[in-house]
Amino acid sequence: MIRPFYRFIRAREKLMKVLFLLSSVFAVLALLVIFLFLMMRGIPSIANIGFFRFVFGTRWSVSDPNNQSFGILPMIVGSIYVTALATLIGVTIGLFTAVFLYKFCPKKIAKGVRQLINLLAGIPSVVYGLFGVMVIVPFLRNNVSSNGMGHGVLAASIILAIMILPTIVSITLDALHAAPEHYYEGALALGASKERAVFGVMLPSAKSGVFAAVVLAVGRAIGETMAVIMVIGGSPEMPNGSLFQSIRTLTANIALGAMEATGSILDAMIATGVILFVFTLFINVGFNLIKNKKKKPNKKKKPDKEEEATDEVG
Amino acid sequence: MKSADTVTKKRRRITRYTLLKWAGYACAGLAIAALAGILLFVLIRGLPHLSFHFLFGKYSSANPSVSTALVGTLMLVFLALIIGGPIGIMAAVFLTEYAKKGKFVNIIRLAVETLAAIPSIVYGLFGMLVFGVLFGWGHSFMGAGLTLSIMILPVIIRSTEESLLAVPQSYREGAMALGAGRVRTIFRVVLPNAAGGIVSGLILAVGRIISESAALILTLGLVVRNMPTGFMSPGTSLALNVYFFGLVSPEAAAATSVVLVILVVGLNLLAMGLGRLLSKNKGSKKKRPARTIPMLKSGVEK
Repeated sequence: MIRPFYRFIRAREKLMKVLFLLSSVFAVLALLVIFLFLMMRGIPSIANIGFFRFVFGTRWSVSDPNNQSFGILPMIVGSIYVTALATLIGVTIGLFTAVFLYKFCPKKIAKGVRQLINLLAGIPSVVYGLFGVMVIVPFLRNNVSSNGMGHGVLAASIILAIMILPTIVSITLDALHAAPEHYYEGALALGASKERAVFGVMLPSAKSGVFAAVVLAVGRAIGETMAVIMVIGGSPEMPNGSLFQSIRTLTANIALGAMEATGSILDAMIATGVILFVFTLFINVGFNLIKNKKKKPNKKKKPDKEEEATDEVG
Repeated sequence: MKSADTVTKKRRRITRYTLLKWAGYACAGLAIAALAGILLFVLIRGLPHLSFHFLFGKYSSANPSVSTALVGTLMLVFLALIIGGPIGIMAAVFLTEYAKKGKFVNIIRLAVETLAAIPSIVYGLFGMLVFGVLFGWGHSFMGAGLTLSIMILPVIIRSTEESLLAVPQSYREGAMALGAGRVRTIFRVVLPNAAGGIVSGLILAVGRIISESAALILTLGLVVRNMPTGFMSPGTSLALNVYFFGLVSPEAAAATSVVLVILVVGLNLLAMGLGRLLSKNKGSKKKRPARTIPMLKSGVEK
């Protein structure tokens, strides 16, 4: 009587284990399939166009079938340009906001603001885009712009900066809270002002967290699509430095074109996706390397950071 | 700490650090104003436009309602959760309950992290290529739902893993000592005890599905007019509608945004509240663990 029961149990144990295993392998498989599919369609298309003509070509025009040109350098530069500007604005504001919430405001307000910020992190990107179209673009057009254009680099950067704010603030704040409190107390005991203790001691000791925040923010900004295409204008032009030029990012190029595209144009879109994918992979790998490296030397570094702090304050 | 603060108050010169502090005030003000501004803007512009007719009425050019999008969003949530949910939860179970530390687990972790970092438009391209072109489904809810189910995997795996790890090891040992097998332990002891965390992870995943737009524009199409006829039909979602209305009727876009924001904020609050409720009640009010293995409890508290 007992035997078959045990056999059943053992079979069930094995079956479930295999199921659990398969589900976790599914994540790896999904990643591989995504990678392979993009590469399979993208790489032949890049080869067709020619790698250098594709990546370093400065002209993108697909409307005239007899005179097509697939150069995505303007989009690559555009993505980097907009992301850099957004990160600059977002990190500056986010960093100071985090410091403000850390020591310079009442605890209750800090808690409330933090909750607000966490909620805002979940707001759909199209809503940010809509805000951009209805508020930021008209504002820029009427008050700031030199050429009567509201859409463009600056509008996109501002929207992206607002979108990455929650990430930067909450990670930096976590890092600040994780830094040893006695650094702060030590700095105060040595006669540093509260401001000096925070900016001169605590912020440097939360450096790795700040860095992680920046990398994550860059990843989010470079991959953002909908909010960007709503405010960036979308002409495939080479950025010339003007803040009010209508340009296109890699993501915008995919989204704007791929809906109706077929044939070689679709292939070029997919190739754009491959380039974007490679970009984000690099960012992700870089982030992981930093994260893993930081774990070890941190222990060694901390004592001499304390010395540094005493030097400075003393 | 308080006394330390009062000491610094005595001498107050303007140094570069004081300037930095003022910069901190200014930036915080700016950040809060920008973020709160978005909420206010959406509410002020959208609320007046919101009506029963707008939400549930039949779509026509005179009344651009979101009824099609509401149905579409529900269908997407259903599809993505029913596929992504079990796979994500089971993957997390494997990672915490079965896997030993090593290369294999590291590879899975790395894959999950990378999945989380892929931009949604790339998911969209993938979904379009595989489900739309290769399978020949064109724009369809099925293709979009499957794409979304991969996108939400990282969220579900991470949150489930966290809540599984929070279940005390002694529960598992107790169950095993009483003769339960691994599978029984997992389903009767570990998962019920982690239910709160898992559910709030699923809720967060729903939030992500609702907010997604870039992947959907390529996989779902943007068919705003017609009610979806089935899982194979193209359609729209609330987030896509915001984009679409943004081009034609800003008021309708703002009103749709109100619906979206309320949904997302509501879901977040729900997840937060659920997490708090369950962590507060741990040990006292919770019914399930008491039912499964009452003896273990006293063992834990000791």
